Amino acid sequence: MSKTNPVAASSKAKAAEADAKDADTKAASAGKDAPNPEAFLSVRDLRIHFDTDDGLVRSVDGVSFDLETGKTLGIVGESGSGKSVTSLGILGLHRSKRARISGEVWLDGEELISADPDRVRQLRGEKMSMIFQDPLTAMHPYYTVGAQIVEAYRVHHPQASKKAARGVAVEMLDRVGIPQPDRRVDDYPHQFSGGMRQRAMIAMSLVNNPKLLIADEPTTALDVTVQAQILDLIRDLQKEFGSAVIIITHDLGVVAELSDDILVMYGGKCVEKGTSETIFTAPEHPYTWGLLGSMPRMDRELQDRLIPVKGSPPSLINLPKGCAFNPRCPYAELTGGKSTTETPQLIEVKPGHRVACHLPEEKRHSIFRDEIAPRL
Amino acid sequence: MVAYIIRRAFAAVVLLLIVSAVTFGIFFLVPRLAGETTQQLASQYVGRDPSPQAVQSIIHNLGFDKPVYQQYWEFIHGIVAGRTFNDGPTPTHCAVPCFGYSFKSHLPVWPDLTQRIPVTLSLALGAAVIWLVSGVAIGVLSALKRGSIFDRLSMGVALAGVSLPIFFTGLLSMDLFSFQWPIFSNLHYVNFTDNPLMWAKNLVLPWVTLAFLYSALYARLTRAGMLETMSEDYIRTARAKGLPERKVVTRHGLRSALTPIITIFGMDFGLLLGGAVLTETVFSLPGVGQYAVQAITDNDLPKVMAVTTLAAFFIVVANLLVDLLYAVVDPRVRLS
Repeated sequence: MSKTNPVAASSKAKAAEADAKDADTKAASAGKDAPNPEAFLSVRDLRIHFDTDDGLVRSVDGVSFDLETGKTLGIVGESGSGKSVTSLGILGLHRSKRARISGEVWLDGEELISADPDRVRQLRGEKMSMIFQDPLTAMHPYYTVGAQIVEAYRVHHPQASKKAARGVAVEMLDRVGIPQPDRRVDDYPHQFSGGMRQRAMIAMSLVNNPKLLIADEPTTALDVTVQAQILDLIRDLQKEFGSAVIIITHDLGVVAELSDDILVMYGGKCVEKGTSETIFTAPEHPYTWGLLGSMPRMDRELQDRLIPVKGSPPSLINLPKGCAFNPRCPYAELTGGKSTTETPQLIEVKPGHRVACHLPEEKRHSIFRDEIAPRL
Repeated sequence: MVAYIIRRAFAAVVLLLIVSAVTFGIFFLVPRLAGETTQQLASQYVGRDPSPQAVQSIIHNLGFDKPVYQQYWEFIHGIVAGRTFNDGPTPTHCAVPCFGYSFKSHLPVWPDLTQRIPVTLSLALGAAVIWLVSGVAIGVLSALKRGSIFDRLSMGVALAGVSLPIFFTGLLSMDLFSFQWPIFSNLHYVNFTDNPLMWAKNLVLPWVTLAFLYSALYARLTRAGMLETMSEDYIRTARAKGLPERKVVTRHGLRSALTPIITIFGMDFGLLLGGAVLTETVFSLPGVGQYAVQAITDNDLPKVMAVTTLAAFFIVVANLLVDLLYAVVDPRVRLS
């Protein structure tokens, strides 16, 4: 924790608080987790809990990562693993009084969790923006596509005239590949096809040239043929705009080509983090193995069956004791009972590759080599 | 669009014909089925202990000696093309739309009825402004502060408003503000053109009474609509754009929540123009509703026919306007 780091003081206080709250996180909130001043986006020990009538839902429980400008991070996990909650947390979109948010989110040197909500609002759509899953429900049915892009532009450019803003909207639609943009700008969302709507959504989120773009399952609601086009578009635009991108998905195939780094989430925690190459060629967490095994691949024989991850995602109110994945983990017995008693820490096994697993490292390597890799 | 309006207008005319036929049928056929004779029907419209000759001449004058379908035809014909009555010493012409002469007072029906439209219109317009503004505002605030004391309190009052009948709230308000604290004493209808200030002053209590019922209804509707729309994905998108919350609520949330409110408002308003029977009766306002009550009590067919046709006309027109407005408000609705 360097003295010059402006973050240090508050981070120390937060860390102390976290220590008092939860002994489990002691190691995680130690000095090595200080925010990275180099990174454009630095998330530290982000926790988002919701008070419900049934108990405290720990949707996100201590997630940390860094992202640099021009890079893409893929966040992968099943439904309910906390992927979307994390991204909405970064944008400050959890408005419910029941949401309890702690940790730090540093965006370009500004901390957002403790910031004034109105400051975060100003950053939203300007410096950071988001693409949502279903472009039909994510756009207002009563306003034209153009009007919605113009609105997004003029919130952050109040001095811009309506005419100028409309010109920007047409230009953006053109850039995302909408044919006849000067005509389609006056269409309503329902007059667009699914792929075009997502393109328009992307145009809207990029209209202020944000430095951080979060795409939450951007292709899930689309036809397979359109999915690839949208992913290509996101990649091209990222090159053009030079923004940092977070892609959230349950589909490893989506992030395979796009991401520089991949973060695998399970039960609100990060269980494995590494470069895209590491995650696909040398994954070490049994859950990541499960995700890889259940992913259809073009280079595989058709008659090979996909291997699903057994069981279903855990309840976030009553997470299994110890490692949250232990009830579904085929190798849980090999940890000597540790997996049901102790929460595994996210430990750096190689530079840039972190895993939270109780299995001895050699064991993980041998299981992957002998049992997992041949099936993939 | 034009074709749509023409089609709807044609349907409206057919609907009005059906309404008039049913009303006519109820008036003539139902008493017959219950065993009433033409003499008994006619004797209602002459003095006490009438002579058989007097009854006979009434039967002839009112046209009861003709077959029912012919009476109906003459009636409809009168509305569309006017009618000349030859039963008096001199023929009298009744101009379009001719709803005939009252069986009781022997005065022409239509001018009498149209005089009452401004009264009902005044009542409905004022009440509508109050209930729309207060109902929608309370509904929006309740939805935004869901579960708060304001929400619970206003929804409690709204439940009372929906449940309490006008003849209770109306009489209560009159007792309180006309007699206990005579702020609005000596209530009587004053024409707007005669004295706008007195017009408003005398209508405050009826407005508030009528608006209380409707604003309770609209507050609940708006609240439900806002709760639904504010959880829509596009609201999250609006926030993600960085829009200030005030704009998220008004431009995105309320805009959607208001659409069904407009529909219901059109219907309610159309219905009210056909006579706010309870409010007009409680506050002795000489409006269409009071006219209808009087016509039915008197068994006065031309009056009943005129007032039902008028009410049906207002409802049909309101319906048409709502449908047209819907296409303007919701671009997904295409009229073809």
